[in-house]
Amino acid sequence: MCSLCGVIGGNEHWADAVARPGVYTRNTERVDRRRERMNRVRLANRVLAPFGLSLADWQGTSFLLSTRTGKTEIIEDLGHLWPAAERLIGRPCDPLDPAVMAAVERAP
Amino acid sequence: MTDVPAFTPVNLLTGFLGSGKTTLLRRLLADPALAGTAVLINEFGEVGLDHHLLDRIDDTMVLLQSGCLCCTIRGELSQAIRDLLGKRERGLVPGFDRIVVESTGLADPFPILSTLKADPVLRHHVRPGNVVTTVDAVNGLGQIERHPESARQAAVADRLVITKTDIADEAAVADLTAGLRRLNPAAPLVDAADDLDVEALIGRDVAATSGPSHSARAWFSETFRSDDPTRAPAGDAHPHGALDRNSHLGRIRSFTVVVDEPIDWTAFGIWLSMLLNRHGERVLRVKGILSIAGEVAPVAIHGVQHLVHTPVHMSGWPSDDRRSRIVFIVDGLDPDLIRRSLAAFNGLAAPARTLQPAGDGG
Repeated sequence: MCSLCGVIGGNEHWADAVARPGVYTRNTERVDRRRERMNRVRLANRVLAPFGLSLADWQGTSFLLSTRTGKTEIIEDLGHLWPAAERLIGRPCDPLDPAVMAAVERAP
Repeated sequence: MTDVPAFTPVNLLTGFLGSGKTTLLRRLLADPALAGTAVLINEFGEVGLDHHLLDRIDDTMVLLQSGCLCCTIRGELSQAIRDLLGKRERGLVPGFDRIVVESTGLADPFPILSTLKADPVLRHHVRPGNVVTTVDAVNGLGQIERHPESARQAAVADRLVITKTDIADEAAVADLTAGLRRLNPAAPLVDAADDLDVEALIGRDVAATSGPSHSARAWFSETFRSDDPTRAPAGDAHPHGALDRNSHLGRIRSFTVVVDEPIDWTAFGIWLSMLLNRHGERVLRVKGILSIAGEVAPVAIHGVQHLVHTPVHMSGWPSDDRRSRIVFIVDGLDPDLIRRSLAAFNGLAAPARTLQPAGDGG
């Protein structure tokens, strides 16, 4: 359980799959896990920037998602990222929106 | 006590009202291969009848009676499965190594599958097995066109069973087959009048994390059998008459996205979770084999609406073609937008980007 938000259960999002034989995962080695988290934060920020949002790793266990004015939510994994992002900015984050795609294609 | 598998597979048997679910279930349960199977039956009506039609009544058969599984009694489903698992642990019921859930004819299969993954206890004990959908050869096509539940049941199926072919004329069966191929090109079609291969229907799980022994070739040929990207899509074979674009059969379509460059797993995870968050209701199926940057062997992904199964590392490529291929079954989404969006997100991974020639939009 997460002691801050009281969410029961660990990470079970498919993108950071559990280490079972045959399952594709980048979470097996500690260093890989940290590297993957950093990489995820870096790439997510390129998508989030046009929405005025930024993501930061928090203690290697959760992420902090913040608006430019500092409104912040703690999220567990990718499954919680987009619902939280939409809550914070009050509009949909649609990857099929041409403006969003153009921003991603232009991303630095 | 029999050996208890680490993850007990839960198969969902669905299909529209009167499409032959219970008849199929009765035949399946008679097969020795499914001897160790617990059964959960859900009925919409006030009085449960279906369980009387099945000969086998014992403690591993549970009737969920208070409404439709997908909307009202998801909690009851979790509780029923927990009870079964608990009784198995305590030896109060005969050991079982598989659970089959027969849903009501009106159920949307997705919430049932997601219950298994979302429940904090169940997800450590069970995993979703094949979804088997029955479609009636006489009324099936009309039901798919008129009832969104029916179209969804067919689209999310891992195995499609066409029933009542003995009382339908050949043209109707051919129309239905073409319609189902459009909706769901990946699922094998089985004629209920033939001898049932129980192992292929239920036993061989599409989403199973079967490890290195997993046959990449079998999986691949099953998924892409009717969906060779170099060929015209199977959906071009229209059933007789023009399709109404507003009918479910017209709006639900499948297509394959082929990506030449290796997929960046991190960017792909961000993209697919973003897509499913916004459009999950309309992405009925995602199924694909990915060439991941930095990995030699391919990775198989498999998702139904908001639910994505844990990705499976396959033992090797089935052929020399090492491109990623993803089959989508969508309800009213534009394939070109999905292609462009995936390409844009995949370009986010910086090292790949610096290698690209200037002027390609990166």
